[in-house]
Amino acid sequence: MQSFEYANPATLQEALALLAPRWGQADILAGGTDLISLMKDYLHTPKRVVNIKNLKELEGIQKTDAGLRIGALVTMDELAKNADVRSGYKSLADAAAGIPSPQIRHMGTAGGDLCQRPRCWYYRQGFGLLAMKDGKSLVPGGENKYHAIFGGGPAWFVSASSLGPALVALGARVKLVSAKGPREVPAAKFFVAPKDEASREIALRPDEILTEILVPAAVVKSATYEVRQKEALDWPLATASVALTMKGNAVASAKVVLGHVAATPWEAADAEKALAGKTITPATAEAAGKAAVTGAQPLSQNAYKVTLAKVAVKRALLEAVKAPKA
Amino acid sequence: MANTPDYHWPPMEARKVIGKSPRRVDGPMKSTGRARYSSDLKPKDTLFGVYLTCPHAHARVTGIDTGAAEKIAGVKAVDVLAPAGTEVQWQGYEVAAVAATTEEIAREATRAIKVEYEVMPHLVKEDDLAKAGARAKQGGERLVGDPDKAFQEAEAACEGQYGIPVVTHCCLEPHGQIIQWQGDQVNAWPSTQFVPGYGGALGQSLKVPATNVKVKMDYIGGGFGSKFGPDAWAVVAANLSKKAGGRPVKLYLDRATEQMIAGNRPSAFAKVKLGGKKDGTVTVWQSESWGTGGFGPAGGPSQPYVYTNIPNIRQVHTNVSVNAGAQRAWRAPGNQQASYLTCCALDDFANKIGMDPIEVFKINAQYAPQARVETYRYQLDKAAELAEWKKLWHPRGEAGAGPVKRGLGVAFGAWGGAGHASQCRAIINPDGSVHIEIDTQDLGTGTRTIITQVAAESLGLPMGQIKLSIGDSSLPPDNASGGSTTVGGVSTSTRKATLNALAKLFEAAAPALGAQPEELEAVDSHIRVKNSPNKSITWQAACRKLGANAISEMGANVPANANAEGLNTGGAAGVQIADVSVDTETGVVSINRYTAVQDCGMIINPRLAESQVYGAVIMGISTALFEERIMDEQTGHVLNPDMEFYKLAGIADIGDIHVHLDIRPENDKRGVIGLGEPPAIPICAAVGNAVANAIGVRVPRVPFTPDRVLAALEGRNA
Repeated sequence: MQSFEYANPATLQEALALLAPRWGQADILAGGTDLISLMKDYLHTPKRVVNIKNLKELEGIQKTDAGLRIGALVTMDELAKNADVRSGYKSLADAAAGIPSPQIRHMGTAGGDLCQRPRCWYYRQGFGLLAMKDGKSLVPGGENKYHAIFGGGPAWFVSASSLGPALVALGARVKLVSAKGPREVPAAKFFVAPKDEASREIALRPDEILTEILVPAAVVKSATYEVRQKEALDWPLATASVALTMKGNAVASAKVVLGHVAATPWEAADAEKALAGKTITPATAEAAGKAAVTGAQPLSQNAYKVTLAKVAVKRALLEAVKAPKA
Repeated sequence: MANTPDYHWPPMEARKVIGKSPRRVDGPMKSTGRARYSSDLKPKDTLFGVYLTCPHAHARVTGIDTGAAEKIAGVKAVDVLAPAGTEVQWQGYEVAAVAATTEEIAREATRAIKVEYEVMPHLVKEDDLAKAGARAKQGGERLVGDPDKAFQEAEAACEGQYGIPVVTHCCLEPHGQIIQWQGDQVNAWPSTQFVPGYGGALGQSLKVPATNVKVKMDYIGGGFGSKFGPDAWAVVAANLSKKAGGRPVKLYLDRATEQMIAGNRPSAFAKVKLGGKKDGTVTVWQSESWGTGGFGPAGGPSQPYVYTNIPNIRQVHTNVSVNAGAQRAWRAPGNQQASYLTCCALDDFANKIGMDPIEVFKINAQYAPQARVETYRYQLDKAAELAEWKKLWHPRGEAGAGPVKRGLGVAFGAWGGAGHASQCRAIINPDGSVHIEIDTQDLGTGTRTIITQVAAESLGLPMGQIKLSIGDSSLPPDNASGGSTTVGGVSTSTRKATLNALAKLFEAAAPALGAQPEELEAVDSHIRVKNSPNKSITWQAACRKLGANAISEMGANVPANANAEGLNTGGAAGVQIADVSVDTETGVVSINRYTAVQDCGMIINPRLAESQVYGAVIMGISTALFEERIMDEQTGHVLNPDMEFYKLAGIADIGDIHVHLDIRPENDKRGVIGLGEPPAIPICAAVGNAVANAIGVRVPRVPFTPDRVLAALEGRNA
């Protein structure tokens, strides 16, 4: 890794002052589960690394009447085990608990989960975010079994965020703070499919820190289902996160968001329509799964992910309406 | 020798240490982190060596400039390995190396080296033979009997396509070493499976006499066949050390380079056609196989496997040269591929004629080498019993309703495993202490422990009284730990050395007991007259009779004499059954239970022997479900030279493994047989057959990933 200046600010204001207006100058270090490997592979070569782990204001989970506030430094393990999260926001707890490596659950942070870079192997081998070689994307004609089935490019990587689909489904917002002040962005707008190599896959600006995640209070039934091949350390092949507002036994409104199938968490609007007014049964769940993959454009090696996305939606829906364990 | 000892192993019932399961003697060292692997060492003034490797699968180096790298503070030596004009045939090829005071500086310096390449066309994928063109070289056809006639006369025939990919060794301790070359002396601290041969081979490369090369290795973090002689990087480290004025140079491959150039298991793809009778008897085998072991040539898997005496055979193999790093031995080289192709084809034949595969495997065991026929039949029955085959097996595709289907599959393996040439020195000191010296290596298999057990058994002492030294080129040479030959070699040489030393002790102690030396025995830390336990002195008292002179005696395993001596032999058979569940909606395969029946000769330590089988099965399950090197034809790159997308099984992925060591008197009397490799052979085939049994269709390609399982269910190619 390239040599760098290590900054250890004690307050958010100090930290913000250490950031730079352009990417590549400074990188933010929280859990380090992604940044260190990016630096070792020379994909990130920051001149300065700003450690934010001392910023107390970025810690903790608070439940208020308005909903849930999750500090950016909350670890995935804390999130998975937190009683308020588990009782009211099951899809979020599922997503955090689904990360199969205890080391990453304990080191990785909620903010880092949202800001981590894609795992696309072309990106990780230095071909850039859009995996371009000689003006052409390597993905459609290459090894694409783990790549996107939605979006139609040019970004064929899949969003690596575990929490993203659940946060989008729950209507969460993220708070981004720069020296000029804070702003809030809906989770659905935080993730962006870049159109060119100079863009990032998230709305965070280089001089901002993601400080907290705000999840609105709502009585919803939610669940996240991940299809992954391995029980040990592995990435999901496809996930679905659902949030259902119920009217009696019927769905008043539904949010269905797929993960690991597109450059962003993928809102499955057709599935949401298919569920309105329905009771969740194996048949309606399966129908919603089918609707969820409307418009999927699989590549040469990843048609199976269309099947997996359908199954993930079905299983997430059935999980969401399952009676809670006593 | 006046009284040649009886070297035979004591009878089963008389053994006190052998056949018991003491814990590993180095277990506490390893589990507390005190064990120092060579890659943990940092001798004084150590420099760090780092490679610059080629990013292209095929290119010619047209220019290389190390000027900027050499100017970086902390850089002590730079070596160009691929000068202008060199044609590079795979990604990861070593182009230059730097030694610097820190690893970071060395890495920075490699990035400052300017290399110009003329990029050339490559081929990196071999699974589609039609695309291999001139890179495919077909070998000669092997013909036995009259296959055409046999197919005409066959009552049934089946055809199948099968494939098993290139996988890597994934040693947790990467390849590398520390080397110090100062004047005409070389010190090496390698990670190797062959400590006793390392110094000689390195000396030859460096033109330094073997006597001047000292080699030391206490622990190794995995080899699996990929770490024998000194590699190119040992010579590079030595040259960097010399250039840097004799400072030690530590050069270990990073993970990506490790995955690219430190060896791999060749792939094997095949079209197989079997014919036979409706009673299950196979009469004819035909296979056209192909595969790659990298740019250089690699042999194909022997077909048919184990059932070699099928009367009619047509077999041909095509080697495909690809632009990728070279193959190396991988835990029973060639055998996983061979077992996969043969056992899957047999299973498909059983399905075709509507028979239980266990029965078909048993009927055709007649084609195994004569001495093993009954062993296989016995083991097939035993494995079926332990896996509850009769209760759980069902014809293909009849796994019942519900999305999760359960299935069982069977496969077999065979291996040699006779002891290699080995020498051991046993020293008995006048104070009663015992020192065993043998230049071998413990790959994690438990070699230290079994040597100590053999010595303790032979000398009638507790294990704690035996001091053992291994992994040092100044000790009597053992041999390479490859081919599962170590346990037979070291147990025999240790047995003979300790009994030779004991004979000397009997000579010293005999007068005090009023007996002849050959009338004595060593039992429970005493030397006593056989059949007269009252005529006894303690071990310590006997040793005091030595006066000032320690006993130092050698013992050797000489493979040519091993059969006559009966202490070790070769020839192990194994049958394994996988019990899997397949989620037919997601294509995810999980292992419920895995049963391994293993023939193994005399067992020195059942716990360690079982651990060998566990380790082999875990490694096999990992290859069956997850592992494959993924190549990109567009860039020529290995896309997963890491432990993220080169997926390895974790503890939660392996199911419930049941090991049954085939310990029977008729096996015990054969002597010691190595079993590091034999249990690693059948897993892909057993799991593949179980998946087919569960879902009703064959998933032809290993590993059985969700995309392939779903494609097979949907009748697509994946």
